[in-house]
Amino acid sequence: MASNFSIKHQPGFTAIAATCFVVLYLPIVVLVLYAFNAATSTSEWGGFSLKWFQSAYQNTQVIDATLRSFQIGSIAAILSTTFATMAALATTRTASYPGLTFKYAAINQPLMVPEIVTGVALLIFFSRIKIFTGYSGIGYLVAAHTAFCIPFAYLPIRARLENMDLTLERAAADLYATPWKTFRRITLPLLWPGILAGLMLAFVISLDDVVITEFVKSGGQDTLPTYMLGQIRRGITPEINAISTAFLLLSVAIVTLFFFVSRKRD
Amino acid sequence: MATAEEVAKAAERRDVRDRWLLSAPALLVILFAATGPLLIVLVYSFLTPGAYGDVKWLFSPDAWTSVFLERDIFDDTLSLAAAHVTIFWRSIKLAVVTTLATLALGFPTAYFMATRSEKTRDLWLFLITIPFWTNLLIRTFAVLQIIRNEGIINTILLKLGIISAPIQILYTDTAILIGMAYVYLPLMVLPIYASMEKLDFRLVEAGYDLYATRFKVLRKIIFPLVKPGVIAGSILVFIPALGAYVTPSVLGGGKNMMLSNLIELQFGQGRNWPLGSALSITVMIIVMVALLAYVRNAGKSGVRHG
Repeated sequence: MASNFSIKHQPGFTAIAATCFVVLYLPIVVLVLYAFNAATSTSEWGGFSLKWFQSAYQNTQVIDATLRSFQIGSIAAILSTTFATMAALATTRTASYPGLTFKYAAINQPLMVPEIVTGVALLIFFSRIKIFTGYSGIGYLVAAHTAFCIPFAYLPIRARLENMDLTLERAAADLYATPWKTFRRITLPLLWPGILAGLMLAFVISLDDVVITEFVKSGGQDTLPTYMLGQIRRGITPEINAISTAFLLLSVAIVTLFFFVSRKRD
Repeated sequence: MATAEEVAKAAERRDVRDRWLLSAPALLVILFAATGPLLIVLVYSFLTPGAYGDVKWLFSPDAWTSVFLERDIFDDTLSLAAAHVTIFWRSIKLAVVTTLATLALGFPTAYFMATRSEKTRDLWLFLITIPFWTNLLIRTFAVLQIIRNEGIINTILLKLGIISAPIQILYTDTAILIGMAYVYLPLMVLPIYASMEKLDFRLVEAGYDLYATRFKVLRKIIFPLVKPGVIAGSILVFIPALGAYVTPSVLGGGKNMMLSNLIELQFGQGRNWPLGSALSITVMIIVMVALLAYVRNAGKSGVRHG
């Protein structure tokens, strides 16, 4: 026994881990399989078919909600990543200064409050503004999404910045580069993988949001997740499986990209 | 003429000012669409409900009394609001059990991942990250299809003749628990894995050299060293679990309300915005207390382990 004693072994751990991975993926696999089911019932298999994808594609409500999700997601991702990049530059690579701790707390605040509370707060606040200004467009959703995406975008950008020392920037300044030029030619290219990772994270977080959107949206402003929630509450058809499958595919594509971008750092 | 010291001081002041300007957009957006509105919720919780939702600008402590108490409509006496207490108790219980369940499953999983070879570790990390990035609603929906009466579990058990009628899992507390444990598991695994990855296994080896059993090594060496990850994971699971909205709405049906559904009700059919606000603040207070207690407790024992 002594000869093959492994210090890393813990009894039962591998079995639990294996179970976890199987259990994590099994429901998703079943969900995808039933998206290709020809039967209308979601409990029996009626042969392979793409008809639910077709019906989802022809459903104008689905297309409408998808486009709205992308629109809000891309605007919120770009805004939150820009602001998070600026904030990260202002809060890293410096000695502590008055207000630094406050900034950390403020930026991470959306993570510390349950979504339902933020949702309710925005419902109250925005309904006041709606009465006051008469504007009830998509701007409220964009503002809400930008706010809760900032801490997520901030995370990878700050991590990246903290691993960059100031040597190159100092060298550039010594060679008479202006601060702006140093930023453009030195800081930004080095920081770029962090910014890209932040951008993708923010986009996915925005795309996934149900709770805050559900409370903030006005009539006819469904995003894909809130539309799906409404459908699931009413009763399920394989069309939801088809939409979920397409959504899943997109998520996997983004996470794969994210993985490569964030691994490039070494 | 300014001395060198004064010049340096001025430069420093300028640097701090620039740093405030740079962070201003992020701080303003969060103030406008996250932190600021929370203060309005606090104000609303002390107002009178309007007839068709919203509020009348009249001070009233009623919302706060009715968080846990209810007034008898005939003799005006106060008694404990049984429905609210039940929902609070269910939410806290489910959030705690979810945290413990994900810890029991997530800790070994993170350990397994961290003990793989350098190359395969990335693959396992990738496999745990995909569900983390996948829409929570979709994952909840996937669980729904597995556990419902016509779902795969009941179908297989029926076909094997183990049960004669489908087991009702859907629309019970168990369903909410299964769903939450399923969707929040990656949130527990990822931070534990992050601290486990940095674990120095020479310490483990030293433990075995000193005749520690496997369990003792786990309890006295590995667990204390990865405790920051365990704490982070527990917080990341507990906060969203306590305020969970999607999972109880989809898997709990109408009867098994959690706090979030109770709050939503006040802004919908209930038309009692002040009560909804007071309930929201209460949820926030529970989260804060849990966070503080957990962090303090963890800090204390951290010192003991040196």
